[in-house]
Amino acid sequence: MNTSATAANRQYATETLESAVIRFCGDSGDGMQLTGGEFTTTSAMYGNDVATFPDFPAEIRAPAGTLPGVSGFQVNFASTEIYTPGDKVDVLIAMNPAGLKTNIADLKGGGILIVNEDAFNNNNLKKAGYASNPLEDESLKEFRLFKIPISRLCEESLAETGMGAKAIGRAKNMYTLGIVYWLFDRSLEPTIKHLTNLFAKKKNQPELAELNIKALKAGYYMGETAEMFQSRYVVPKAKLAPGKYRQISGNEATALGLIAGARLANKTLTYAGYPITPASDILHFLSAYKNYHVKTLQMEDEIAAICAAIGASFTGDIAITASSGPGIALKGEGIGLAVMTELPVVIVNVQRGGPSTGLPTKTEQADLLQAVYGRNSECPCIVIAARSPGDCFDAAVEAVRLAVKYMTPVMLLTDGYIANGAEPWLLPQVGAMKPIEIKHATEFNGHSDDADGEGNNVYLPYLRNENLARPWAIPGTPKLEHRVGGLEKAENTGNVSYDPRNHQRMVDLRQAKVEKVAQDIPPTEIQGESSGDALIIGWGGTYGALHAATERLLKHKQKVGTVHLRHINPLPPDLGDIISRFKHIIVPELNKGQLIRIIRDHFLVDAVGINKVQGKPFLVSELVAEIEGIIAR
Amino acid sequence: MTQIELPKYTAKDFATDQEVRWCPGCGDYAILAAVRKVLPDLNHRKENYVFVSGIGCSSRFPYYMGTYGIHGIHGRAPAVATGVKAANPELDVWLVTGDGDGLSIGGNHLMHMLRRNVNIKVLLFNNRIYGLTKGQYSPTSLEGHRTKSTPMGSIDHPIHPISFALGVEATFVARCTDVNKGGLNILGDVLKAAANHRGSAFVEIYQDCNVFNHQAFFYATEKDTARETTVLLEHGKPLVFGANRDKGVRLNSTRLEVVSLDKVKEDDLLFHDETDPALAFLLSRMSHQQGMPEPVGVFHRIHKPCYEDMLTAQMNKAIEQRGEGNLEKLIHSGSTWTVGE
Repeated sequence: MNTSATAANRQYATETLESAVIRFCGDSGDGMQLTGGEFTTTSAMYGNDVATFPDFPAEIRAPAGTLPGVSGFQVNFASTEIYTPGDKVDVLIAMNPAGLKTNIADLKGGGILIVNEDAFNNNNLKKAGYASNPLEDESLKEFRLFKIPISRLCEESLAETGMGAKAIGRAKNMYTLGIVYWLFDRSLEPTIKHLTNLFAKKKNQPELAELNIKALKAGYYMGETAEMFQSRYVVPKAKLAPGKYRQISGNEATALGLIAGARLANKTLTYAGYPITPASDILHFLSAYKNYHVKTLQMEDEIAAICAAIGASFTGDIAITASSGPGIALKGEGIGLAVMTELPVVIVNVQRGGPSTGLPTKTEQADLLQAVYGRNSECPCIVIAARSPGDCFDAAVEAVRLAVKYMTPVMLLTDGYIANGAEPWLLPQVGAMKPIEIKHATEFNGHSDDADGEGNNVYLPYLRNENLARPWAIPGTPKLEHRVGGLEKAENTGNVSYDPRNHQRMVDLRQAKVEKVAQDIPPTEIQGESSGDALIIGWGGTYGALHAATERLLKHKQKVGTVHLRHINPLPPDLGDIISRFKHIIVPELNKGQLIRIIRDHFLVDAVGINKVQGKPFLVSELVAEIEGIIAR
Repeated sequence: MTQIELPKYTAKDFATDQEVRWCPGCGDYAILAAVRKVLPDLNHRKENYVFVSGIGCSSRFPYYMGTYGIHGIHGRAPAVATGVKAANPELDVWLVTGDGDGLSIGGNHLMHMLRRNVNIKVLLFNNRIYGLTKGQYSPTSLEGHRTKSTPMGSIDHPIHPISFALGVEATFVARCTDVNKGGLNILGDVLKAAANHRGSAFVEIYQDCNVFNHQAFFYATEKDTARETTVLLEHGKPLVFGANRDKGVRLNSTRLEVVSLDKVKEDDLLFHDETDPALAFLLSRMSHQQGMPEPVGVFHRIHKPCYEDMLTAQMNKAIEQRGEGNLEKLIHSGSTWTVGE
């Protein structure tokens, strides 16, 4: 088949759009994540800028047809640079009544609504809590409703394949994707290639690959021949920075960044983890990259994971563990041990909604104070945060670099939103990446008081360099045998010491060491005005929404500037100066106000928070409205 | 390892300048001395030893060994040690723990380390009490044991460390005592056997806490009783014991019984087989409290592949099959596309 189908196009009016937001929703068994992912990849490879928001239930298969079982995937694709998956939806595809019910509020007035008419039977309507069929009353009249009997059409088009009803039934997501591809004039090739690879090559089920490809094509033809749609839509290519791109999710970028960090240090990476949503993918990705000198240990629990990482770090590997909030809570004591033994470990926290088990598949930024303060006693940790899926790569490299430079644990914060979300990633130039230099101690570095003569004759494991970092002698190195542990250490010798003054000194030193990291923080970039009415301070995964909101505020002639923090502990040294140049300080966060407490604490400013804890990212529109409200006060 | 280069070590080489801070009379001293004495005989490089521990009296051990060491957090030493061994399989990793650290807070980690068969030597000092926290009952304390936290007697059923290790399929399981005034001191032999085992080696050591649970194991260590209350396990040999070697252990149906050699021939006694886990489990249930001699020596010893070897082998296989990954390859993995100027 010639998928370009250009001749047929001309019968239809073509509308050009700057951007469009599509959301696929249906039952968690309907394959919406795959469908959305395919549309995203196809659009990205076509040349659009894309941003996605997968939204799925914590249950693997909640009862079919129910509201909690709805799985959604939103993609924003554009001919301009975009920063978020979009506030409102232009095209909603609802595979069942439950999907319609939970998502219709986000569809724009006049937006396109495509439904699988066959799924709107009495049983499903009842499960979704509809008293009457919304397709047959007036409730959807503000939308452009397309009732398509997707199940039946898909079944008919695949009848001759002789495949089972179950396999055919499950192919309806590809049929639907075909329709949407036609509507947006997209090539089927990337998806055909992927299906072939997925089913035929990986799962050794070429017949399923064929079936799904057939469904995809049938849906595409349906769009073309059914004369249902009056026009097609074109979202032209975006003017992205030139270079080579790939589609990447935050978790994959984190995994690649960690490997890159270890490769830049020419070291083996030892990753110890325990499965937890939404961090497990980091373990999955790393396990697939063993040929990059990666060892992955799936430990018996979160505590074992941090402890194994500490053991690997003592032994000289780049040691990593990753988890989400509840797992990080369990790791707290272990992180304290890493602080005390001054061993480099990177701890990734892919934050999710909490507290306790909370909303495992939803996003939140409420572990910031846990990262900065959540351990017993004076236990400072370097804390940095990634701001977008692709940025997870850079943040992970930075985490490795800081950990080994300062010989101390680094907490890298990402969140469910950027971890699962994806965007086109401009591949970094390998030549431009600075090697990470690690010099393990191999010689004595001190002189014992009870010995006569010149020269060094002992190894002092807690002697410090100009960065206050201690040396890193690894087991197997002759003469440098030494012990580390959780008991307080005497300065330089590392011997156990309960001396009061030594304890004060060591607490101060560990704190001063973390504060030294400020010397590594580049000047803070400000988006918009460098002084004026309001400074917006953000961190982490809200970057896209804040960036887009700031653009809009600047268009509204608001005198605002926005800074987005990578480094949270310590803070950038120039932040105080920037803060002093603005009237209002606004700190939007997906929590009840955590960074704001740190900002107030450090700078004694009357900052104002914008706080949301719904398991969902900020909408650009709500940020703009709130910020303008604060400025107008 | 090249034998020629290896320095001749003595026990002194494995000491540190740190003052040992156990209570005078503690059984730990004897174990420390025995370990320091055994290591020079093993012909391993001193810099390759790593002693890992958790929290408790026993866990201060690494500070007193002139080797690499990590004193970790309560119960987690098996995980720390697994990380050490995973990162460098060449190292000789020893783990020192106690009945509280290893079987209470750290039971989970110990279980998983043993079942993975990480090549680590575990010395579990069992004194049936919490010493460092000053005298609460432990998971090996006997029922009815009166302690600070059990003034009316412990209501917990104690764990049997050997049964536990066998249950999680440790490949080397042994028991000995800190001292033996009865003449048969096998601590050094058991340590050597553990060191020479390739895989997780679990050694329970009856250790006297002379402050909070003094004489808990006197029956097994004192001159007048030891030979009556313990039986030495030797592979392929019958279980004979007693000061006059006049008693034996016989298998009667599925149960073990003590018999007099006056009445039963040696050939009819139970012959020890280190490779039989079911037999080892039966032996692990023999207790002094029930009038049986308690076995010392190696209960079980079999060969299985080690975790860290397989971990490294998978990494090397991936490198062999897919080629060594470099940064350029890493970043360009997956589908890419190019946006022009």
